[in-house]
Amino acid sequence: MATQNVETNKKKKKKKGKVKWSDLYTFSCLRPPPPVNRSDFGHPGFSRVVFCNDSGMHKTKPYKYPTNDVSTTKYNVVTFLPKSLFEQFRRVANLYFLLVAVLSVTSLAPFSPLSLIAPLVFVVGISMLKEGVEDWHRFLQDLEVNSRKVKVHIGNGKFVDRSWKVLRVGDVVKVIKNEYFPSDLLLLSSSYEDGVCYVETMNLDGETNLKIKRCLECTLIFDNEQKFDKFKATIRCEDPNSSLYTFVANLEFGDEDQLDSSYPLSPSQLLLRDSKLQNTDYVYGVVIFTGRDTKVVRNSMNSPSKRSRVERKMDHVIYVLFFMLLLISLITSIGSVLYTDQPQTTKEWWYLRLLDDTDASFDPDKPLISGFLQFLRALILYGYLIPISLYVSIEVVKFLQAMLINNDLHLFDEMSGKSVESRTSNLNEELGQVEMILSDKTGTLTCNQMEFRKCSIEGISYGGDVNEIVRAASQRMNIDIESYRFNLDGADSTPRDSIEMVEISSDQNKIDLNAEKGIQNLGVMAIKGFNFRDDRLMNKMWLHGSNVWDMIMFFRVMALCHTGIPVENGEETSSHKLKYEAESPEEVTFLIAAQEFGFQFCRRTQSSMFVKEIDPSGFEVEREYKLLNLLEFSSSRKRMSVIVRDEVGQIFLFCKGADNIIFDRLGDGGRTYQHATTIHLANYAEDGLRTMVFAYRKIEDSEYEKWSSTFTKAKVTIGHEREELLENVSETIEKDLVLLGAVAVDDKLQDGVAECIDKLAQAGLKIWLLTGDKKETAVNIGFACSLLRHDMKQFHLSLSRDAESKNQLKAMKDDILNQIEASYQVTVNEKTKDDPLALVVDGKALEIALTNDIRDRFLQLAVSCASVICCRVSPKQKALITRLVKRYTGKMTLAIGDGANDVGMIQEADIGIGISGMEGMQAVMASDFSMPQFRFLERLLIVHGHWCYKRISKMILYFVYKNIVFGLTLFYYELYSKFSGDVLYDGWYMVMFNLFLTSLPVISLGVLEQDVSSDICLQFPALYQQGQKGIFFSWKRIIGWMGNGILTSLAIFILNVYILSLSAFRQGGEVVDISHLGVITYTAVVWTVNCQIALIITHFTWIQHFFIWGSILCWYIFLLFYGALPPKYSHREFGLLVEAVGPAPMYWIVVLFVVVISLLPYFIYMVIQRSFYPMDDHVIQEMKYGRKIVVDDETWLREKQSSRKATHIGFSARVDAKILHLKDQLHKKRMFIIKSITSSPIRRSITISTLENRD
Amino acid sequence: MRTFAKDAFRGERPWGDTVCDPWFSVHPQITNADMNQELVTNGASKSKRNSKKPEYSRFTQQELPAWKPILTPGWVITSFLAIALLFIPIGLVSLFASMRVVEIVYRYDQDCVPETYRDNVTSYIQNPLTNKTCIKNVTVPKNMEAPIFVYYQLDNFYQNHRRYVKSRSDKQLRNAGDEFSTKGCEPEAKSKAGPIVPCGLIAWSLFNDTYNLLIQDKVLDINKKGIAWKSDTKDKFGSDVYPRNFQAGSLIGGGKLNESVPLSEQEDLIVWMRTAALPTFRKLYGKISSDLKAQDMITVVLENNYNTYSFGGQKKLVLSTTSWIGGKNEFLGIAYLTVGGICLFMALNFILLYIFKPRPLGDPSYLSWNRNTSRQ
Repeated sequence: MATQNVETNKKKKKKKGKVKWSDLYTFSCLRPPPPVNRSDFGHPGFSRVVFCNDSGMHKTKPYKYPTNDVSTTKYNVVTFLPKSLFEQFRRVANLYFLLVAVLSVTSLAPFSPLSLIAPLVFVVGISMLKEGVEDWHRFLQDLEVNSRKVKVHIGNGKFVDRSWKVLRVGDVVKVIKNEYFPSDLLLLSSSYEDGVCYVETMNLDGETNLKIKRCLECTLIFDNEQKFDKFKATIRCEDPNSSLYTFVANLEFGDEDQLDSSYPLSPSQLLLRDSKLQNTDYVYGVVIFTGRDTKVVRNSMNSPSKRSRVERKMDHVIYVLFFMLLLISLITSIGSVLYTDQPQTTKEWWYLRLLDDTDASFDPDKPLISGFLQFLRALILYGYLIPISLYVSIEVVKFLQAMLINNDLHLFDEMSGKSVESRTSNLNEELGQVEMILSDKTGTLTCNQMEFRKCSIEGISYGGDVNEIVRAASQRMNIDIESYRFNLDGADSTPRDSIEMVEISSDQNKIDLNAEKGIQNLGVMAIKGFNFRDDRLMNKMWLHGSNVWDMIMFFRVMALCHTGIPVENGEETSSHKLKYEAESPEEVTFLIAAQEFGFQFCRRTQSSMFVKEIDPSGFEVEREYKLLNLLEFSSSRKRMSVIVRDEVGQIFLFCKGADNIIFDRLGDGGRTYQHATTIHLANYAEDGLRTMVFAYRKIEDSEYEKWSSTFTKAKVTIGHEREELLENVSETIEKDLVLLGAVAVDDKLQDGVAECIDKLAQAGLKIWLLTGDKKETAVNIGFACSLLRHDMKQFHLSLSRDAESKNQLKAMKDDILNQIEASYQVTVNEKTKDDPLALVVDGKALEIALTNDIRDRFLQLAVSCASVICCRVSPKQKALITRLVKRYTGKMTLAIGDGANDVGMIQEADIGIGISGMEGMQAVMASDFSMPQFRFLERLLIVHGHWCYKRISKMILYFVYKNIVFGLTLFYYELYSKFSGDVLYDGWYMVMFNLFLTSLPVISLGVLEQDVSSDICLQFPALYQQGQKGIFFSWKRIIGWMGNGILTSLAIFILNVYILSLSAFRQGGEVVDISHLGVITYTAVVWTVNCQIALIITHFTWIQHFFIWGSILCWYIFLLFYGALPPKYSHREFGLLVEAVGPAPMYWIVVLFVVVISLLPYFIYMVIQRSFYPMDDHVIQEMKYGRKIVVDDETWLREKQSSRKATHIGFSARVDAKILHLKDQLHKKRMFIIKSITSSPIRRSITISTLENRD
Repeated sequence: MRTFAKDAFRGERPWGDTVCDPWFSVHPQITNADMNQELVTNGASKSKRNSKKPEYSRFTQQELPAWKPILTPGWVITSFLAIALLFIPIGLVSLFASMRVVEIVYRYDQDCVPETYRDNVTSYIQNPLTNKTCIKNVTVPKNMEAPIFVYYQLDNFYQNHRRYVKSRSDKQLRNAGDEFSTKGCEPEAKSKAGPIVPCGLIAWSLFNDTYNLLIQDKVLDINKKGIAWKSDTKDKFGSDVYPRNFQAGSLIGGGKLNESVPLSEQEDLIVWMRTAALPTFRKLYGKISSDLKAQDMITVVLENNYNTYSFGGQKKLVLSTTSWIGGKNEFLGIAYLTVGGICLFMALNFILLYIFKPRPLGDPSYLSWNRNTSRQ
């Protein structure tokens, strides 16, 4: 890919004209650096010395700096074991298991050491393996990054490809277009004569517009590979730090005669690692900071290990169980001590011979020691309450869940060949509980690509197919209207209603037809950046328009008012179409559009621009325009102008800019189209299109001369006031403009983003947009993806100019606080309470709003708004917002982004998602899930998240249940055996329980359970809210299941003891002994827990059946084999099933009885809940899978509609709003028509005539 | 509508540019073939090579055919009825079986202590010289058919105490050569004369009361063979292992063993060594192979040797017949009947409920969004 680019770029290079941009630009982007105190060099903080082109100097101390090898791994070969072990044993549960494992080696252990150590090794091993694999992946990606190639100077003017990691400080490198900078570089020269280059810093701050960097004049001469043979310089600069926008250094460089000359360096000479060279063929630079010294690496945070909320809650459950464990262990030990310690005990219980102490745990002389030993033993014995196998199973289940997510074909993107990938499997169930999505804009919602969509010239809108909202609304309306009409017809069959309705619906059809046609045509056109179709403008048709002059002027603005340059397209020479490169992607689209309309901007020289125009006569002519001035765009000016002289000698000022700015500067004669244009602009803006207004002005020579001289004067001014001066001067010429029209550009959304957001909104998710881009763009996108809509109340939070200029924290705070308060008042106001609200926050305002004392107020306001858009946000702020939202609201947050600037946010959020489609991998590396496109979020959350949450919740609850059932029977037995710590079951039963007899069904539950199928999940996003409310893992449920476990264990134990004690259990008169009671109780436990899971599962594939019934069968098979072993191995259990319990009918009917009794409470609970308090999924299951078709399609559809949460954002919400609006209009229209018809003379005559006819 | 719009988007993307947009350029989706033919093939083959497209399988797509049972009223009623219909007959049958069983329980531990020793029972029982013989009469309440099982029942005796349970050596019991493997038998592992066979507390505390039954002064034969499990006599207790040094120490626990009889034939010991699970337990003493008639008077001549007095345990003599469910066990039958009854009741309740107030399956009005709106 990269090499391909390089080759094509090489071809283009020779065609490109050399232009000195610095002469064209007038404003701030090339401002001289602010004065810095440079006397600090050599002192701490400013001690770095770089010997340019002499990296050999940096091989030894004291100038030895780290290599360019960047490592994001957590461990290395040596530290892996201790570090990851430490991580593992930070979990309390694991520590407990470690204690148990250590104790198991002693004689205290009731079980074999192996059965206690093996699971621990497994759990810890699996977790460590997972860590290891994840780290390995990180390592591989590091490797990929580190082995990227860059051209490095090796002497004698020779540049060879070297991998990034061997790069050293002082190396001279050559970076080619579209390549990333391998480290922080000092710009020496570029392919442009004046040494500027364009840099895309999306990975650093998310801004998509290009930034200009410019080298020092003294290094300009090194613009050729050969010249670097002689290059020698020394840089003294600050020590590595994380500030992206500052850089203090001196370059000491000169010819042989004046070695001492030193030049100050500024951030505008610094090219940062991970930013990308754009629009510039190549640059030369010297490596200053490498590897971990680079600013971007210093900005990165260590990825925190995340744990899901369910798991954290599970920890609390474990604490409860732990408490239970301690309690019953304490009871056991105290009980044991009380029995042994009584002075008469030794006499009474003569058969125990306690005085002949061979066992310290029953020593009546040392009650404390024996009590402690008993306690330890009990801790191990009842360890079944704290299921280590739970951790094992969860690891296994999550791994399998992740595998299912990775392999979902619906989550596979054909275009990129990538699929959604779960990078850390321990957050699967978090996906089902997300309440807030914090999304990046560029690259995440949009594909960072502009398209020319519409324009309004002379007050006529072109390219205007109806937008989807209107189309959807009208379609839905059509249905509504039909039924409405039917009703009306039935009630009153006067002809007038029908007429009107027919008219409307035919209108509707026309619109639909148009839309379809437009779509068909789009396939044919297919020009990148140009998504425009209107026969009135294409193919020179505009020549037949009424006012051709204004048309031409409009296109001229398009073709001339920009900073772009044409690039010859090597492949398509036959079509004579050019490609363009410009500072902002919008300008490119304008140029492409102008080309399509017949105004091809074909060349640019230092002082002239050449345009191939269509003459009013219809012929193509090439015209030259002398570029007199370029008044560039800035965020405060919000407009850009060029002043050109055409071939005739007329001077024109072409201006484009934001609507309000231009409208303010229109001349009296220039407002002809203002009204119509304003309406169009509003429409465009509502569609989420970015708009720009075009205007021009003819300037008299004399006026220009006068202005030009003042302007030149201002231009040469040096100092702070230069910019202000320039602006003021520009102001004087940018007036009395003539409005031409407006254009609308679409920041193209990614596939399916609007639908996805719609679904997510219905699922009750809130979406915040955090973007580094400017406010206008952000708001446009807000409209485009339906986060904003026209009838929404928008709060704009931004610093007033006043407060900003004072630059006093206090004033700014007050300002923001006032705004927040005012907005908040609106939200709590009764009248406007239910109105949709939106909040748009500016980066600077955000900075203030997030200060300690007012951030609570801010978040309070933000949370009450339906959608929040933050613009001009720095990466750090993104992370900060995420953290605050997470903390303040306590809601589950999901952050999604694609660039390195989103890394902080991704790491901070509960779930971080990286878009993997783009080149940069930082976001993906930091993320928990990666996906090729935003739209997959819908399925990932609503289907997989929902499932995983339910699965894990059910699984944990069941696990708790099953282990309580089993563990407590062990405890109850102690009550019958003087708390001596005897075990009812054979050691192997204990091992088998969690290993073979109950593990597989619960794993199948955790992997395969589905309450409803994926289609239904998507049809009823409202089901997702079950996860948000956390109802499946609430304390109510947890306690309920614990209670159920206690109840079941009691039922099993008491019934068995009661039924089986004393009298014979076989016809042969035999009575039960320990092994018999043990095996019968244990059988009941196995049956009960396995049948219980069958009651929980609602989705039986053959796998579940196989595992559940297989587990029960497995128990009998085990018993058979165990009993068949010689007594040396099988001990008490020898021949147990075949000889003793198997032939006894009692065994079977006792088990049947106990199992039914144990399950009955839950079954009754289930019946009552299902019958009287069904939950949404129950009802939907019934609607869908009920044997009889109990609901017709209509109900199904209706419920699908009504399940949508009353959301304020999203496509459907907008459609609904539009329908409301249309209905309102329809009503008004009808009232008007009725009025006019009834009052019109024709109508009167018609009615009279019909009446007469009837007669 | 949506899919339509999506397709429209698809059509828009057939450019073949590679400069700014690496994403789409790698895999261009071309609708009209005459454009960028080269890139199409290039891109397509590339996409195929790079593609990590998951393989389709029903398992990975989670589309395995599944049975999705729903707890419909029909299911509820059916399951309750099924339980009831299963349990009531079982309950009746087992209750009937239990009622056929005749059981005589006679507690003798208090009656068999002479009046003079009532205040100091332990000294009586521990003194080997006192006369332990005790003669009592028991009436047979109902006809008892052979085989009649004779049990002794001990109370408050913790055979399941961990120290006690462990205190045996299965190895020693099994093989004649392993008499020295007395691990775990302490403090009853070795005597001065050598290893004790059988070692351990369990054997040491062997129950040693004896019963002789007379009916109308005729000796009622108690067969003491065949009271142990076959697996014990055959596999767990060696036929060539003979008791040695048993009860030879200063402290004598319970019964003594005939040193000339191999362990496999010492069925009293074998039964005793099958440790009971609970502190109150019965153990088989022998079998009577003749029938007993109702109102027969049985004279019990017993040797009251075993010390349960020090821990206040009771001793009972039990004579019982069996049925297919074993001994007398009315609780089981009653419990079965009760549960069956409850389920029948539930089933009827639900039937009535669904007749009078049916809840339509999948009633949308129960959906949370509908409930919320109705509340407002």
